Amino acid sequence: METVTLTVDGKQVTVPASASVLEACKAAGIKIPSLCYHPELRAEGACRVCVVEIEGVRALPASCVYPVAEGMKVKTNTQRVRKARKTVVELLLANHPDDCLSCQRNLNCELQTIASDLGIREKRFPGEKKKHPLDANNPSLVRDQEKCILCGRCVRACTERQGVNIYSFANRGFDTTVVPAFNQGLDQVPCTYCGQCSSVCPTAAIVEKDDTDLVFAAINDPTKHVIVQTAPSVRVALGEALGMKPGEAVTGQMVAALRRLGFDRVFDTDFSADLTIMEEGAELIHRIQTGGVLPQITSCSPGWVNFIELLYPDLLPHLSTAKSPQQMFGAVVKTYYAEKAGIDPKDIVSVSVMPCTAKKAEAIRPEMRDSGYQDVDYVLTTRELGRMIREAGIEFAQLPAEEFDAPMGISTGAGVIFGSTGGVMEAALRTVAEVLTGKELGCIEFQAVRGLQTMREATVQVGDLPVKVAIVNTLKEARNMMERVRKGEADYHFIEIMACPGGCISGGGQPVPVNPDIRKARQAAIYECDRDAVLRKSHDNPAIKELYDTWLGKPMGEKAHHLLHTHYHPQTRG
Amino acid sequence: MQHTRAHVLICAGTGCTSSGAKKVEAAFQTELAKQGLQDEVKVVETGCHGFCEMGPLVIVYPEGVFYCRMQPEDVAEVVESHLLKGRIVKRLLYQEPISMERIPSYKDISFYKKQMRYVLGNCGHINPELIEEYIAVGGYEALGKALTTMTPQGVIDEMKKSGLRGRGGGGFPTGMKWQFASNSPGSKKYVICNADEGDPGAFMDRSVLEGDPHRIIEGMAICGYAIGADEGYIYCRAEYPLAIKRLKIAIRQAEEMGLLGTNIFGSEFNFKLKIKEGAGAFVCGEETALMASIEGKRGMPRPRPPFPAVAGLWGKPTNINNVETFANVPQIIQKGADWYASIGTEKSKGTKVFALTGKINNTGLAEVPIGITMREIIYDIGGGISDNKKFKAVQIGGPSGGCLPEELLDMPIDYDSLLAVGAMMGSGGLVVMDETTCMVDVAKFFLNFTQSESCGKCTPCREGTKRMLEILTRITEGEGKEGDIELLEDLGAQIKDTALCGLGQSAPNPVLSTLRYFRHEYEAHIRDKRCPAGACSKLAAYRITELCKGCGLCKKVCPVGAITGEVKGQHVIDPEVCIKCGACFTKCPFKAIVKG
Repeated sequence: METVTLTVDGKQVTVPASASVLEACKAAGIKIPSLCYHPELRAEGACRVCVVEIEGVRALPASCVYPVAEGMKVKTNTQRVRKARKTVVELLLANHPDDCLSCQRNLNCELQTIASDLGIREKRFPGEKKKHPLDANNPSLVRDQEKCILCGRCVRACTERQGVNIYSFANRGFDTTVVPAFNQGLDQVPCTYCGQCSSVCPTAAIVEKDDTDLVFAAINDPTKHVIVQTAPSVRVALGEALGMKPGEAVTGQMVAALRRLGFDRVFDTDFSADLTIMEEGAELIHRIQTGGVLPQITSCSPGWVNFIELLYPDLLPHLSTAKSPQQMFGAVVKTYYAEKAGIDPKDIVSVSVMPCTAKKAEAIRPEMRDSGYQDVDYVLTTRELGRMIREAGIEFAQLPAEEFDAPMGISTGAGVIFGSTGGVMEAALRTVAEVLTGKELGCIEFQAVRGLQTMREATVQVGDLPVKVAIVNTLKEARNMMERVRKGEADYHFIEIMACPGGCISGGGQPVPVNPDIRKARQAAIYECDRDAVLRKSHDNPAIKELYDTWLGKPMGEKAHHLLHTHYHPQTRG
Repeated sequence: MQHTRAHVLICAGTGCTSSGAKKVEAAFQTELAKQGLQDEVKVVETGCHGFCEMGPLVIVYPEGVFYCRMQPEDVAEVVESHLLKGRIVKRLLYQEPISMERIPSYKDISFYKKQMRYVLGNCGHINPELIEEYIAVGGYEALGKALTTMTPQGVIDEMKKSGLRGRGGGGFPTGMKWQFASNSPGSKKYVICNADEGDPGAFMDRSVLEGDPHRIIEGMAICGYAIGADEGYIYCRAEYPLAIKRLKIAIRQAEEMGLLGTNIFGSEFNFKLKIKEGAGAFVCGEETALMASIEGKRGMPRPRPPFPAVAGLWGKPTNINNVETFANVPQIIQKGADWYASIGTEKSKGTKVFALTGKINNTGLAEVPIGITMREIIYDIGGGISDNKKFKAVQIGGPSGGCLPEELLDMPIDYDSLLAVGAMMGSGGLVVMDETTCMVDVAKFFLNFTQSESCGKCTPCREGTKRMLEILTRITEGEGKEGDIELLEDLGAQIKDTALCGLGQSAPNPVLSTLRYFRHEYEAHIRDKRCPAGACSKLAAYRITELCKGCGLCKKVCPVGAITGEVKGQHVIDPEVCIKCGACFTKCPFKAIVKG
């Protein structure tokens, strides 16, 4: 690789020739404050917080977009630079609400941190602040443009990463905004509610809809039996929201914290992930054996389901009819569990903790009432659970590890890997291979389907059948794949699609920030959970076996069909 | 062949058209037919003469008699008296503002006498919708010369030698820019003409596009040959419909004659041109925003490097120059770099077109050699300050420029001298201000413009200009406080240092330059709550002098009952009640009410 050597604050540093000055500074151990810069998005140089002095350059350039050059001399800590950065942040604050203390992102806000780091102590520019109504007409996300600093990260995330292009800049000067087309609400445009915008937003301009008060109220209602399920990826990210380092699996403490919060039963979505494999795997085998529509595509990711319903409705027959683990869980908890525990399902409040903002929308789909009630009453994101734990004064890190409740807390390693891209595929392969061949697998780790690339493909030999699979993450990649499917160029049996980069581990409801290192750490932790599991194949889950044997009948059977499968419909908005 | 003994040139530029040139033309056709002169006298529509204030303009050749503010009802007299009897119609001639003398001949009018019209040379003298007329005055000879006798590098060298600098604002050496684009590797390159003229009051580019469109096409083709581009775009604002219409006609005619297209002049050189209409965002005049706009994106600048010469339109090497720059190219190639470099100052060569507006007698376009003094432009060409008022300042360079005071009137103007005094050449808009103009108000006007035209991308420009504007507004409304001047200076300096593009970096200039030369006016507003020019209505104090006859009109018109007085007695204004609307001041028939 071609490299260049430059001087940053008198210190020589050698970096790739394609690096930016900001990256060179980082390599030299110098932290440059930045707001519009995001390591995974194209640099824009818009906010001007990262300005530096470069010898021979007249004004102060933004280091995030300035290319390095051989022999360049950079100064990052001069009076001129500090003053300029301070003024820029002062200007942003002058047009930002002064409600940090009651803000959803208080103590987790990049603007607040920078203002603090740069030592801003006065308000030199009092004046008009922008006024905009809240966009809160959807179940997942709340947009508060008054808190928007116009960094454009959401625009780039939605465009570059997701290929959905919901946001763009509109108007000029002080009236500049970032809005969906024609300034409509997110419910009026083809937004999938994936929440990646909220994940990259440095302030509280785009946040998850906060449902914590509703859940606290349910817990406080003595007539209600409140149960909670936790998605696979929550356990590897929740710790970050509570001051722990990325990549720690905090399953036991999470269960303990949920009990202390007052949930009557603490269950695991991994259980219903195993159940999903039984149904979705059976469906795949059925499609392969009967000449059904192939490739079959997973349906666990509600951002992805919204995407195909909005933009590729003609391809809906490819989507597995199996419900997502959250919804299978919801349907079973108000029927099977209610019956077993002798509780009237109307008294059960079913809460889920998800890495995802789109799950909030999934729970209120009209189809998701097969138990006779809304199957999942409230969906919390990982971020919201973190806040509830803090609010309740629970010293998370010091909690003793506790176990999930039986029976719906019993799960396998196949269930937990659902939290990562490739995980659903691997879990399905473990079961499908054994069911189809009737033989036990030697190695159950399918390395070929693991990774973090946005598109991976593999051929897995199952008995006589070479099963062709593809794994896709991010909606931009999903769009590429849909174009191929539409043209008949996607020669696969099974495609796993997750809306978010890396899958649920960096879902739109996960703690922020997320960067490639954090994502990798979370993924490693997920696979570690799998390795540590006693049982690692869904069909080995004794609780699942019992469910089928005593109550549900066969996968894809009549009862299963009624409770665990759903249908899709084209969505039109606006 | 028919013999034409006289030509009636009717200006059909945007200015004269809007003041009724079309009706005048129709009247000429009718009247000439009536007198049986239709075969002897030819009526020609031309481009702009740059003296729009005096329009509709009519020039009668061979004498070159210049008739001003011609109305359809004047036509019969001109036809009968001038064209039939050979007697000039004196009352329609231009009258010098100082000597009050009526001047018959175009070239003797002071407005034109000191001008050096090369770029505008054809404007007003040829029919812009006929390529033959352009060719007849030497058009496309330069392109032919370049393609058949010069190498691309030879053309670039000639441009470098000429010393031509970009006329769009920054003044970057044109030859050097071409060299960069030429040096960039790649088989696909673009030439772009920036015709997104947007400075308030500037219309020289429109005038050239409307009056001499082939000159631009020829300049762009020469550039395409020099840098190795086979495609060009003219980015023209949609508010210039006539320019777009004439460009379209010109491109079509050039294509028909093989002057655009493939194997031009039998060479290997191919060049095609497209017009892209801009929606009118000021920032699209910034080259990277302009390219984004051509690509169909929102017009927002991006940081440089990479420069357009390396990665421009659709990522390809691109050379962007503005209209006036391209308009200079053919004559440089035709007459040679040495001729061109003989005009101007040491580091700024050639002529520059200025758009004269404001409190000046002759408003319009003036092309002058660079190095001329502001005094010559304002007093000799512009005919001095109107209404015998006193000169106060001249604003140069549009919203990015600055205001120069009287003591700088004798400074020779070039790119570098202007920068040194806190202004810039910009596109060449000159707004002349007299003693009744408030400099704080002027700064506020320009800042309001840049604030509302800011693309909103970078913080300093979007938020910083808003705060500067708020401070200025406060000052003009009597709410200024100690420290405001220092805050303006500090914030202005920060914006200049940190904004992303040229628009943001130069946005504080009007404030900083007025603070530099007219600081006392700011101080008067802040400390004495007084506007020395009497322009800021919130600071105006009205007083009734002893000229009052007690007619009571002022009392009647006052919306807040601030005026008291008996009929036929002295009236008085209660300053506590007065809202300074100025209604009494306007109404008083005896000029008894004074301001300030």
